[in-house]
Parts: sequence; structure tokens; C-alpha cells
Amino acid sequence: MFQSPPLLAALLISFALGSVYSIEDIPDVDGDRDFGIQSFSLSLGQEKGKVRLGSGNLTVWFHKEKSNPFINTKSSGRISMAVAVNVSRFEGITMAPPDPILGVSEAFKADNDEKKLNLGVGAYRTEELQPYVLNVVKKAENLMLERGEYKEYLPIEGLAAFNKVTAELLLGADNTVIKQQRVATVQGLSGTGSLRLAAALIERYFPGAKVLISSPTWGNHKNIFNDARVPWSEYRYYDPKTVGLDFEGMIADLKAAPEGSFILLHGCAHNPTGIDPTPEQWEKIADVIQEKNHIPFFDVAYQGFASGSLDADAASVRLFAARGMELLVAQSYSKNLGLYAERIGAINVICSSVDAAARVKSQLKRLARPMYSNPPVHGARIVANVVGDPTLFDEWKAEMDMMAGRIKGVRQKLFDSLSAKDKSGKDWSLYKADWHVLLHRIEQSSVKIQRKPTSRSNKKKESENMTNKWHVYMTKDGRISLAGLNLAKCEYLADAIVDSYHNAKGLNSV
Amino acid sequence: MWRHQLMTTSRCFSTSIRALHWWDHVCPAPKDPITSVTEAFLADTSPVKINLGVGAYRDDEGKPVILQCLRDAEAKIAGCDFLESISSAVSSKLVEESVKLVYGKDSDVIKEGRYAGVQALSGTGACRLFAEFQKRFHPESQIYLPNPTWSNHHNIWRDAQVQQNTFSYYHPDLKGLNFTALMDDVKNAPDGSFFLLHPCAHNPTGVDPTEEQWREISHQFKVKNHFPFFDMAYQGFASGDLDRDALSIRIFLEDGHLLGCAQSFAKNMGLYGHRVGCLSVLCNDMKQAVAIKSQLQKIARAMYSSPPVHGTSLVSTVLSDPDIKALWVKEVKGMANRIQTMRTNLQESLWQLGSSLNWQHITNQVGMFCFSGLTPKQVDWLAREFHIYMTHDGRMSMAGVTTGNVNYLANAINEVTKYGVHTAQHLGTNLSSMSVFVHHS
Repeated sequence: MFQSPPLLAALLISFALGSVYSIEDIPDVDGDRDFGIQSFSLSLGQEKGKVRLGSGNLTVWFHKEKSNPFINTKSSGRISMAVAVNVSRFEGITMAPPDPILGVSEAFKADNDEKKLNLGVGAYRTEELQPYVLNVVKKAENLMLERGEYKEYLPIEGLAAFNKVTAELLLGADNTVIKQQRVATVQGLSGTGSLRLAAALIERYFPGAKVLISSPTWGNHKNIFNDARVPWSEYRYYDPKTVGLDFEGMIADLKAAPEGSFILLHGCAHNPTGIDPTPEQWEKIADVIQEKNHIPFFDVAYQGFASGSLDADAASVRLFAARGMELLVAQSYSKNLGLYAERIGAINVICSSVDAAARVKSQLKRLARPMYSNPPVHGARIVANVVGDPTLFDEWKAEMDMMAGRIKGVRQKLFDSLSAKDKSGKDWSLYKADWHVLLHRIEQSSVKIQRKPTSRSNKKKESENMTNKWHVYMTKDGRISLAGLNLAKCEYLADAIVDSYHNAKGLNSV
Repeated sequence: MWRHQLMTTSRCFSTSIRALHWWDHVCPAPKDPITSVTEAFLADTSPVKINLGVGAYRDDEGKPVILQCLRDAEAKIAGCDFLESISSAVSSKLVEESVKLVYGKDSDVIKEGRYAGVQALSGTGACRLFAEFQKRFHPESQIYLPNPTWSNHHNIWRDAQVQQNTFSYYHPDLKGLNFTALMDDVKNAPDGSFFLLHPCAHNPTGVDPTEEQWREISHQFKVKNHFPFFDMAYQGFASGDLDRDALSIRIFLEDGHLLGCAQSFAKNMGLYGHRVGCLSVLCNDMKQAVAIKSQLQKIARAMYSSPPVHGTSLVSTVLSDPDIKALWVKEVKGMANRIQTMRTNLQESLWQLGSSLNWQHITNQVGMFCFSGLTPKQVDWLAREFHIYMTHDGRMSMAGVTTGNVNYLANAINEVTKYGVHTAQHLGTNLSSMSVFVHHS
């Protein structure tokens, strides 16, 4: 046998191919698991799964859930050939889990109970629990309709008029950094899109650098950094014992982080806790960040809504800029101009020089181009018209005041109701809560009753009780959006909270 | 290049010197080859300047156009409040209508709901969503892009970290399709490769396979179990007929491919700045479709959460209102016709000027672009001396040509090519072999 060269060659080739196939591909079992892919490798395990001859057909052969692929004969009119047919390349893909925030609205819609209440998404509602289009927005849109403006592409960095007003709104028109042209501003798709651009910039220019996010934080922050492949870790923020800011813990964690980390800060109206540092605390945070050569990265989603004043709400960002620090700031107009659906926001990078700002801007554009080419025009025009026109700008401020006022009123009524309904003597007073408040924060806002924080499973039980029994929808972390509440439903909600607090405790140890 | 800079600068991080200047290692990005043309054009003060860069439609006065169907749609939706509560309903409607447009409203996949469809940020966004999806669920796969293709395709798959290859497409000598080489590359690619195809009005060449050629390509794809991904950016612009322009996709559909498709409404509805598009992936069954859709939405959620509602509402209104849709169909045909006329006019002007070169490709090629064959030097010359702007690969957007400027353009092209590089390869071309690749309109 071995005297026959062709046979020998054939054997050698088969052997070589066999080895190549066996070792060729070490399957990404963890990746499969994370993304919910049912793969041959996942079922067999990484070692055994080595026998993986490419994707598609072979995997499907052994896929437990599917019937064997059938072979059809295909005639092209010229050649008859047996070809595998109609096998999806994406066979094993499983259903993604519902988004923890948006999924709430979906569940709410599916609920037929007339008492239902949606306190999930942080979207403003009127007293009639209807979505609200600001009058200034309607006026701006009418102006735009009359002008009949073109629908041409915006430049990659967005509408110039918008970029100008958004940076000025954030920093103040006569801020040094603006006068010195040290801000690179690029229009983004609301807060999410702007954060994603920044994340992509970090990934490209600071590979390996970590972003530190508060514990807790907005649910989508993690998704953004994960998908952008930027590593992240948490810094302590919310202290359930004091129902306030764990300032010592926060500072300690910032100090412990590797030099040159990006620190994600909420400019105002922290989401989900509603707890913001005091001006003194902001100074201390800035001190530590400078000491450790960290880079501050602000997410400003509620400017104008936290205190009712646009300037006051930007104080933290301006404090850092005034210190001459370089920082990143993502902005969103979803809430304060009610432009949720138009996806309008911006990423600002405050740099130490005009030249750096120009270079950074060019690279942000380079990241945006393969994501969506150029940003959507409509929302940008609305903002530019509202903020750029003094009359409309004043009207906007008045409307924001009204919206913030309604939330304040609702908050007051809620706690009056809680205090009245709950006879346990518990003090239900709340600290500075804005749009959101954590359910268990409401419950634990007592300074008189020193109790251990509820365990995780109890928080969940309370949320579940709220939903299953009372048809009150909120996110699983117990976040209630006050913007979705009206005066008429305060009593009902108070009943639900009191009931959940007292009766859904389970194995709570006090 | 920036990686190298990074390597050197990363050492700086280990020093204890307080680094105020975080962005020192960031170099200026190279200009985008397409948008930079518009920038240069805007900066030019010459009264005779012509912008043949970006593929945006212009009327015969060189002005951007707001289609009447859009004005009608705007009027219809004015006064409706576009609130986030209804935006998902509007989005679903858009997806429903979009897939009908490309697959045919009577197709089985539509009737059986066997598609995962999500709205996307125009064509770019749809391609990027797909590239991310491909990376996530087939991490080792590669994408085969035609040579040449829209420059941003390279950026998109690169940023999604999917390895890319090219396959033969354009034959520079013939200024037509290099079908043999294309089929060879399809055959030689590893089984189960992902291919990006332009279903009509190929960008930048304007060269499309014939129906017969599409059938052969589809068949070969079945043999090789390749995944066909179509980027449909010009439906209606190639032939003037929306269904005709979807023929290639429908051929693949007939053959049972479970393909993917990116659609853009930027050009054919003139909604450039509104970023409206759609991504669909065909599936075996509805269950699969639901799963894939959820995964696509997850990817979108971490990129921009949801698409902007205004443009969505416009498209959705146009496509679902029979009268407005009929108007739209007419207007698309009108746009395609004007471009066709300009092609003919330019070609005739060049012949009348006595240009000895073969300008047959101007009318052979379809869609918005003419792949002129001009060299980068000639392109620069045209900009410098004649204030005519196009991308360096010689791609001219015919939408920027008007009856007012066509003669000027012809003259300028004639000037820069009279003594040009073109001549030798070109004059010996066998005209009859050219006709094999004529696109059947």
C-alpha cells in the first residue's frame, strides 16, 4: 500500500484535513451561552465540540430541536444538482430577554386591568396620563413646515446650528471653553447614541481603559459599554442604609480604580436613585478625579428637570470645566424637550486646546459614519429653533417649570397618602427625588427606624407584588417613575406600596 | 496608523506625570472620500461649479427636491402628535410596508411572516445592524464585498470587527461586469460565506448583472450555501420601476435563499436627512423571526435605542396610503427618467465635441452614478480648473447634471481626456463584446 504514491498522498491529505478540521476552530462556548445560541459546541462542551466543520449544514444535522435538513434537487435549467435548501444561517438564535425598562411598557400594554399604572419608562405624562408634546415644539415644527425645509443629508457631525446651541446650553454661552473653541460637539442619537459614540472613542483611543459606572445606574449603560467592548466596573453610589449617597464608598472606589479610568457621572437627577452629590461633594469628587488622572464622563439627560433651572442643573459639569479639566459630556433632549422619539442629543468633548478639539471631532465623525452616516435632521432643527429663539426659549423654560412642578405636586401627594394610609408610624418622607425614586428607597427613608436593608429577594417580591396584585408596573430594580404618576392615582399607588411593604416581606430579617 | 501612535503613547500612562492632555495621541481623521467632495464644493465660490459627488437627487435646476408625495404625507400627519407611545406602532407599519416593497406583497415570506424586520437608520444603519448581528452570531465569518463598492461598506464591517474580502465585479477595460471572474470568486470562496450584493444600480459603477446572470449567481450561491446580503439603496432608480429593480432579490427568493436585505429610503423618497431604512432577515418560520428580531433590537438598543419617528411616519404614510403611494411611484419614475435623459445628453455632447473615446458606458450603466473611467489626476484637474467635483474614483452622480450644465460638463471632460491616459486600452475595445454586458432596462 505504501508503495503507491497517489494512495499515500490521499491518506496523508485525509489525515491532514482531519487534523485541521479537528483543531481548526475552538468554539466560543461562552459567547454562545451569553448570546443565547444553541450550538453543537455548547451542548457537547468546548473540548468535544472541536469537530466542527464550519457553520451551517453540519451544525444543523445534530441540532436537537430541528428535524434533519432535507435535501432538494434543484434544477437551474442547465444542471441538476442536489443542494441543501432553506436552512437558516441563524437557526440556533434564541429570543433575547425583554429589555428591563422598555419591556415594562410592553407588559403594561398587555395588561387589561383598568386600574393599571405604568411607572416604568421615565417619560413625562400629563395629569391625564397622556404623553405631552411641548407647545414650543409644536410652534417650532409649524415654523419648519411653513419654511418647507429640505430634507438633505446633514454633515456627519450634525446640524451646525444645533451643535452651537447645545454646547452653549450646557456650558453657558460665555464660557471660556466655548470662546476658546475647545469643545468638540457632535450631534448624536439622543443620550444613547451620544454615549455610544463616546464609548467607541474610548475603545479606539484608550484600549483597556475602564469606565466606572455608579451602582446602581441606568440599565442601558452596561449594554452600551458591553457592545462597544469597553470594560467597566462599578463604584459605590447608593447607600440603602442611609437612603442616600454612599460618599465615602464612592470616593474610595474612585481612588482604588486604575489611573486614567473614565468615571461616568450623572450631571443631575441621578437615574434611578434621584440622589445627587452636593456642590461640596462635587468638588471633592473633582479633586479625586484629578489626583488619579481619571477622565470625567457626564451623562446629562435631565438638564432643566432636576431643579427646574437649566443653569443650576449644569453646575456640576461647569464646575469641572472651570477647573480646566478635559471631560466628556453626553446630552439628551428626550425628556426636557419631550423629543424622545426624535432621538436628539450630543456628545461634547472638552479638550485642552483648539487643535485637540478639532482632531477629536474628526475621529468622532469617523466613528459615526459607519454607524449611521449622518444624524437625523428633524429633532436637531426643533432644538435649534427653540433654543436659538429668545421668545421660544423663554416659553420653553416656563413649560419645563410647569412639568417639574407637576412632578413635585405628585410627589407631595404620594407621600401625604402614604403617611395617611400607613398606620405603622413609619416616616415616609423622601429626600430629593426627581423623576424617579426607588421603591425600597421610599420604604426605607426612615431615619427613626434603623433597619437592615431589605434583601435582594425581598425587593423583587415587593416589585412583583406591585405588579401582580396591584397592576403597577415598574422596573425590576424597584424604580418608580414619578413622571408617570398623576394626582388621581396617588392614593391607589400608596395603597399598593403600603401593602407590598408590609405583606410581601417574606424572609426579611430585621 | 492610530494603533501605532497608541502603542507609543500608552507607555505614557504608566508615568505619574499628570496628563492634562488626554487627546494628544489622536490624529486628525482622513476626510471621508464622499462627504469631503461636498465640503470642497461648498467652499468653492465659482458660479459655474457642479457637484457630482454625493448621490443625492437634484432637479433640472440643480436644486434638492421635496417630493410632492412627501408634502402630502407631511400635511396628513401635521397636527398628529408623534409621541413615543405610538412610535413603535409607526415603526412596525414601516417595516411591514418596506418588506412588501422589496419582496413583493404576495410573496410567501410576507404572507407567512417569515422575516425578522426592524427599522434602521437608513442604509448605513441597516448594514451596520446586520454587520453587528453577523459578528455576534457568526463571529468567525467574513464578508465578501464587491470590488469596487460604496466606500462606507468597508468602514461598516471593519468597525463591526468582521473580517472582509472582496470579490471581482467590475471590469475596468470593458466598463462592465466581469462575470467570469465574479463566478470564479463565488465558487472559490469557502462554503457558507457571507456576500454583499447590490440588487440594482450598483454603487459606484452603475453596472448590474443581467437577469440570466442573476439566476446563475443565485444557483451558485445555493451550491456553495453562501449567505446573500443585499444592500438596496436605489430601488426605483435603476429602471424607474420599483418591482423591476427588485428582480434580483426575487430571483433569490424563488430559489429559497434565506437572505438578508438592507433598504434605504434616502434616495427614492428623498428623505436623506431623516435616516429611514429597514433591515430584514428571512427565516424558516415565525418563531425564528421573532427571536432574530429581538436580537436585532437588542443591538440597536445599545447603539441608539430607537430610530427617529418623523421620517418613519412620513414613509409609513406614503407606503400605506394608496393615493400617496401612487403619486410616489410616479415621482420615482420621473426622477429615474430625468437621470436617464441626462446620461443620453452627456453622451451626445461628448460625441458632438468629437471626443474619440468610447462613452458607451454612460448610457449602459444604470442608476444614479456613472463610473466615468476618469483617473484621479483627471478628477483633480476637473475640480481645479473647471470647478467640477466628483469622487476620486471617477464616480459621477448623474443627478447633479442638468440641461443647464451638461454642455459645460461635456466640454470639461473632453478637455481633460483629449490627451489622456484613457486612450490606449480603450480605443481597441471590441464594441460587440461590450453589448454582452448591456443592462436590460
